[in-house]
Amino acid sequence: MSLSANPETSALELPELQLQELQRRFRASVLGEDDGPVLPLVAAARGPVAARIAVYRNTVQASLTEVLAVAFPVTRRVVGEQFFANLAGRFATETPPRLPQLSAYGGDFAAFIEREDVGRRLPYLADVARLEWARGEAYFAADAKPLDAARLAALSPAEMESTVFKWHPATRLTTSAFPIYRIWEVNQLDVADIPRVDMGLAQSVLVSRAGSRLVTRAVEPADAAFVRATAAGENLAEAASLALAVDAAFDLQRALGDHFINGTYQDWET
Amino acid sequence: MASFAGDPPGALPKAAWVEVHSENFLCDGGVRLAMLDAVAARYPVSCHGVGLSLGSAEGLDEQHLARLSRLFNRVGPALVSEHLSWSVTEGVYLNDLLPLPYTEATLATVCRNVMRAQDAFGRQILVENPSAYLSFPGSVMREPEFLARLAERTGCGLLLDINNVYVSATNNAFDAEDYLDSIPAAAVGEIHLAGHSVTGEGISRLLIDTHSARVCDPVWALFTATIARIGPRPTLIEWDLEIPELSVLLGEAAAAQSILDGKAQVNAPDAAHVA
Repeated sequence: MSLSANPETSALELPELQLQELQRRFRASVLGEDDGPVLPLVAAARGPVAARIAVYRNTVQASLTEVLAVAFPVTRRVVGEQFFANLAGRFATETPPRLPQLSAYGGDFAAFIEREDVGRRLPYLADVARLEWARGEAYFAADAKPLDAARLAALSPAEMESTVFKWHPATRLTTSAFPIYRIWEVNQLDVADIPRVDMGLAQSVLVSRAGSRLVTRAVEPADAAFVRATAAGENLAEAASLALAVDAAFDLQRALGDHFINGTYQDWET
Repeated sequence: MASFAGDPPGALPKAAWVEVHSENFLCDGGVRLAMLDAVAARYPVSCHGVGLSLGSAEGLDEQHLARLSRLFNRVGPALVSEHLSWSVTEGVYLNDLLPLPYTEATLATVCRNVMRAQDAFGRQILVENPSAYLSFPGSVMREPEFLARLAERTGCGLLLDINNVYVSATNNAFDAEDYLDSIPAAAVGEIHLAGHSVTGEGISRLLIDTHSARVCDPVWALFTATIARIGPRPTLIEWDLEIPELSVLLGEAAAAQSILDGKAQVNAPDAAHVA
């Protein structure tokens, strides 16, 4: 049976297969591909039916653009509101959400930026978006018991060295060839004249959750190596030696103190 | 769950219950979920879903059902609701409440999906009428008839959104009073009210369900008539965009309350202004 708006057949049942087909056609229309196939199936009480379909399309496009604007405020500020809306709109059409859970939407946005012209003109932009996504993930990540200071203090030096520090579920490390922390930081300022940033600096940014507070901080290359090594399951001694290989001046005590305060690691199981 | 200037610090806001969008809380942890825990410890919570896609021809997403079940087990909601609409097809989620043709085949699909959801959640759900911007020549029954049969066949309840009825009635040229009279009173478990916006003129005039304004006078009148017919129900005023001063929101809530208490007649909108 063919789908038709012919009054003779319009009162006929739409079998289930056709409901699926209708939804397929509606999707194409809402994602801005083509209105043609869905138009014979729908009607407006007055005025052009295409204007009615457009309400749904506008809602989908505008709400997804808004979701991305909230998730990537610095990326948006760097490229400007109009440019961002255009970029986000194209991303939404190309990569619509797979999950009905909008806090999970936008994980591919950085890779999309990299493939776009703007990603070549502003080579740091995709990494800035990665950092913003890491912050979002950290915000929604599972809760876990933080490191226990008393437990740590009770370890003998040998026990300490063989302990494997486990990342808190909210911990994220973003490494870049660009000063992404500095870019992120200056764009937090509510001023029209954003300070100039030295683009020669490569930065790693560690995002973590200390209690209810989201912490975003630049870490030295040696500390980044340390954090990365612990994620790979290296114990404290091994992670420290990898960090020292990057920078002989790496101060383990100081780094551990910072990680303790900022919630990088969770309590370990015995 | 915004806080407002003027609330005494530390005081619990006076509210009979709190409604949240289920999908906003499907995260694993963090501040947002902790906030919901704190609210659920003090108020009855209604979990209002926007992503289950009860009208999907391909059936429901089992993983989404599992995520929602986990949330409901945590929160212990007093009410769980979703929409008579679809948003998922072939694994793509279109972030809107898209319309369905009202046919026997659609009814069979939605009944199956509602029963699957009630089974997964181990509880009744309420199904809400959506705002519509178009209709389907292939439909063989009216929306209230579809909803009544859905409730009868699945045991689900209805979340009656009176602004949505008014918006759809205006856009699709049907009689809102007639619609509301066809809704089985016993099935209604909750009511939504909201304001909408108007676009276009003449034949292009269209009402859009933006939740960005006061409840309009005709919707207050429909609400008053509905409460007179079915009795009071838990009622929520949705206001999501262009949120006004708290006093305006409280005024709207007071107006709704006085109608629920049977104290107000059609002059309800005036009551909303005094707060």
